[in-house]
Amino acid sequence: MTFEDLQIGSILVSTVRNAPVLIFAGMAGLFAERSGVIDIGLEGKILASAFVSAAVAFATQNPWYGVAAGMLVSVLLATLQAYVAITQKGNQLVAGIAINIAMSGLTFVVAQFFFQQGGRTPDLGQARLFDVVLPGSAAVEGIPFIGWLYAHLIGGHSVLVYLAFALVPLVHWVLYHTRFGLRLRACGENPHAADAAGVSVERQRYMAMLIAGILCSFSGAYLAIVQSGFFLRDMSAGAGYLALTAMVFGNWRPVYTFLGCLMFGFFGAVQIQIEGVDLPLVGRLPGSLIQMVPYVVTVIVLAGLMAKSVAPKALGTPFVKSR
Amino acid sequence: MNNHDLPRWATAFVMPILNLLSALLVAALVIYLLGESPVESMGILINSSVINPEGLSYTLFYASTFIFTGLAVSIAMQAGLFNIGAEGQMYFAGLGLTLAMLTFDSSLPMWVLIPIGMLGAALFGALWAFLPGYLQAKRGSHVVVTTIMFNYIAGALMNTVIVKYLVPAGEQNPASRAFSAAAEMPRLNQWFPVLGETPLNISFFLAIIALVIYGVMVSRSSWGFKLRATGLNKHAAHYAGVRISKMIITVMLISGALAGLGSVNSIMGSTHYLSLNFVGGAGFVGIAIALMGRQHPVGIFLSAVLFGALIQGGFDLSLEKQNIPPETFIFIQGLIILFCGAMENFYAPAIAALIKRKK
Repeated sequence: MTFEDLQIGSILVSTVRNAPVLIFAGMAGLFAERSGVIDIGLEGKILASAFVSAAVAFATQNPWYGVAAGMLVSVLLATLQAYVAITQKGNQLVAGIAINIAMSGLTFVVAQFFFQQGGRTPDLGQARLFDVVLPGSAAVEGIPFIGWLYAHLIGGHSVLVYLAFALVPLVHWVLYHTRFGLRLRACGENPHAADAAGVSVERQRYMAMLIAGILCSFSGAYLAIVQSGFFLRDMSAGAGYLALTAMVFGNWRPVYTFLGCLMFGFFGAVQIQIEGVDLPLVGRLPGSLIQMVPYVVTVIVLAGLMAKSVAPKALGTPFVKSR
Repeated sequence: MNNHDLPRWATAFVMPILNLLSALLVAALVIYLLGESPVESMGILINSSVINPEGLSYTLFYASTFIFTGLAVSIAMQAGLFNIGAEGQMYFAGLGLTLAMLTFDSSLPMWVLIPIGMLGAALFGALWAFLPGYLQAKRGSHVVVTTIMFNYIAGALMNTVIVKYLVPAGEQNPASRAFSAAAEMPRLNQWFPVLGETPLNISFFLAIIALVIYGVMVSRSSWGFKLRATGLNKHAAHYAGVRISKMIITVMLISGALAGLGSVNSIMGSTHYLSLNFVGGAGFVGIAIALMGRQHPVGIFLSAVLFGALIQGGFDLSLEKQNIPPETFIFIQGLIILFCGAMENFYAPAIAALIKRKK
């Protein structure tokens, strides 16, 4: 195989399939951070909901029960985070890291307790969420390009993929065109002004964290029930941090964040494609070195070589009501 | 909810202990839910980590590494930086140490090899922390996310380096060749035979020395004053003449070097070769230690010993209790970070009310 054989088509399809994990988490992070709460605990919430949704989907043989259970646990963790960040006025970074580390251990322990497969759940088999075949796919399959475009790039994905892509305009609308969104952003930029205008900053931030918990759970459920078909120890592999970076890259705006997620999805797809391929100049790269790609890209993005980021002004500062 | 109103004994002793107990209580609940007895588990844990001399020796062996990673996280925290990257810094430092040893271990005597190994480790550890520090100082990219990314990058890079270049020909095990006997840290069991065949070595004393230097530098030197000023209020420190970006880079270099020194105990003190994932989470334990010990040398020491005991006792416990694998202690670590770090003032209002009532 040479460089020319890199399959652009399959790269695009796997970009679409990689992105939802990041999109759900990225949109979750947007709600949290636009309200002024740093959400570095995305990673732990993804991992917890991935495990719970895989385990429940396996036990009930129904993927939707799995999704619901994953949502419940992710919301619980988000509430804990909200309690620490808003009510306790604790350090939000530390709270997030604590959740990430705790979940990395706990999911293994519980998976081991129930399934005894080295922290893995059994294969979900029929309890996975399967791809939607768009009507007429078979008819257009034979047509070059259009057939591929319709049946494989646009069609042929799980419901959650469509949900992820539909979420982006929805989040944009909520944040910029509703009263709720305006108040939410006000709490992130200038909580004292929001407070003076009669908005309960604490309540608004709790709501934001609740939404973040719900959205983030889909990320984990997608990882376990759609992409892999099982739960594996630490399977989120930094997706929560990548989503956060996509958000920084996107200047805390939904559409640009979405583009950031697509970019990381694309790099992930390229990474799979160049494994075992002889590249010009460098030759064949070892798989472990290629695994670095998304992380290196993240550092480059964060170094601001691509965008100048403007965070919400009150991000990370607990709100203390002035008397 | 202002802990400045509380007396020092309350914030320095009572609250950390209450926080720790809360974390352990939640852990006990989980152990109970896993169908094991928390009291019995606690008994096994204490017995095999403190009462048994060999166990105690292992506890202190782990603590020696943890003191270094705890110091690494603490010193960054003093400057208001949250270094999550001790794990990757220590991992990469293992490479510096190993390269030095592979080059010199057949030609130089022990008393030269040990400082060279320490230097190699500190240098590589600092190198791995430099870029996150530089990017934080100059570009404002958050050190939390960059250090996490550098952990992942270190993992992938070290995997490549070890498997591709360091495994001796004909070997399957993903590890470098073993160093010569001259590159082994002297073990304490040659003076105290009661410790048995345990890897506790002079790194323990090096860790104590590092704690003392840290204590003096941070609370008794003018540099330490600038360091703490940066952590408390960057703008005020800048106004007072501290060069913030230089301070951030310097403290990250020191932090990385300290994390790197943790590898001296793990490699030269125990395995005598570089292996995949030899760090095994010690960097993350450092975060819990720094938060629990409130970045105070004595606190760091006590927390490091506690975590040494948890790891050592937890390992024995996992052999006896199938449902409590060693990963349980990763969970407990998370709980301790949550209670001692994020919710550190959880009990402040209650204590304040109690004191008020007495008066």
